[in-house]
Amino acid sequence: MTEQLKPAEPVLHLDRVSRTHGHGAAEVHALRAVDLRVYPGELVAVMGPSGSGKSTLLTLAGGLDSPTDGRVVVEGTVLGELDRKKLAAVRRRSVGYVFQDYNLIPALTAAENIALPRELDGVSARAARREALAALEELNIAELADRFPDDMSGGQQQRVAIARALIGDRRLVLADEPTGALDSTTGESVLAVLRARCDAGAAAMMVTHEARHAAWADRVVFLRDGLLVDETARQDAGSLLVTAAANARKDGQP
Amino acid sequence: MSIRHGLLALLDQGPRYGYQLRSEFEARTGATWPLNVGQVYTTLGRLERDGLVEAAGEDDEGHQFYAVTDEGRAELRRWFDTPVPRTNPPRDELAIKLAMAVTIPGVDVAAVVHGQRRHSMQALQDYTRLKGRALAADSGSGGDLAWLLVLEQLIFQTEAEIRWLDHCESRLAQHAERTAAEPPAPAAAPPARRAAKSRDRGRT
Repeated sequence: MTEQLKPAEPVLHLDRVSRTHGHGAAEVHALRAVDLRVYPGELVAVMGPSGSGKSTLLTLAGGLDSPTDGRVVVEGTVLGELDRKKLAAVRRRSVGYVFQDYNLIPALTAAENIALPRELDGVSARAARREALAALEELNIAELADRFPDDMSGGQQQRVAIARALIGDRRLVLADEPTGALDSTTGESVLAVLRARCDAGAAAMMVTHEARHAAWADRVVFLRDGLLVDETARQDAGSLLVTAAANARKDGQP
Repeated sequence: MSIRHGLLALLDQGPRYGYQLRSEFEARTGATWPLNVGQVYTTLGRLERDGLVEAAGEDDEGHQFYAVTDEGRAELRRWFDTPVPRTNPPRDELAIKLAMAVTIPGVDVAAVVHGQRRHSMQALQDYTRLKGRALAADSGSGGDLAWLLVLEQLIFQTEAEIRWLDHCESRLAQHAERTAAEPPAPAAAPPARRAAKSRDRGRT
């Protein structure tokens, strides 16, 4: 279904992006000419050993860091060409970011944390709160609305951080190990929410080291030493199981 | 194998005929291990021979029904009460392939690992998609739960395989570093030559 809706324009385009840290002998190539497009409706998982450049890829995509070479294009806008103010606006309006360490503001309640980016966008406080409550509802944590981060478990904070990334009409969701602090069934429900967002037309890129979580994605890309080394193709044919069963039926039919 | 006990478990709920058993088995396991009706009848024949089931008449359409015997019920109980043995691990083709690959010169082991990981990852995506569908369609029935558990077993097993492949890759890298640092051991040379020869034979 997403296949038919897929327009030519990717929501995120990493155009031969490189990122180098340090100089001379201490130079480290965190990413080397990585080319990656994420289309509307698509969930892409990034896997690779630690130090392979996964998190760098995500910070570049979110405009939190700039490439040493290449371009990062979000919904047709080249992030490197924007001044700080415009960049902040794009980050707020187009990009939802789930950080590994959640980055919730301790002095604000869950609902206030989630509503903040919308209020900064000029949405009225009341409308922003309504959206925040809806986002909490979507993640089955409506009861946390008026709690402060310090009064929540790690898993609850993580889900609030995800709700904040999903609020409003963000076209691009970037997530760094979004299921890290969650038990396996809660982690799965978060992935199901992310999956549903993508099925509804958003684009998402998620860094994970767990194959079981990456498997919710349409595509899985593998990074190694800053290089994109492999990628699973989109499979549109029916499942392996259905095919196996059909073959067995054929053979087994008397 | 488990088909035997699977059929006993279904028959424990009342007499059934072959096609019925097949479709109920598949409903619970989502056709993960597809059964053909011939297998069902062969298994029923053996169960009958062993006194675990007995023929229980035919209906108007000529379906032969089977019912579980007391002995069959006892066997089923034993099955549920006994852990599935893990003492004789089943042969794993991938483990055998890698064990061969690392000992035979000229095989690009990294490429074997790489290609397998891509394939297993795609299978994992496929299972996960099925699981998403199963979750969405879950009506709360026992059959739906059974299918979900089976799917998740496949998911966890495939995940374990991918983690093992990742580990193989770093193990190989570590080994390559160590062998690069050491001079080659002379004792290893003759078997390597033999292996190379047999490979050439295989090609011609």
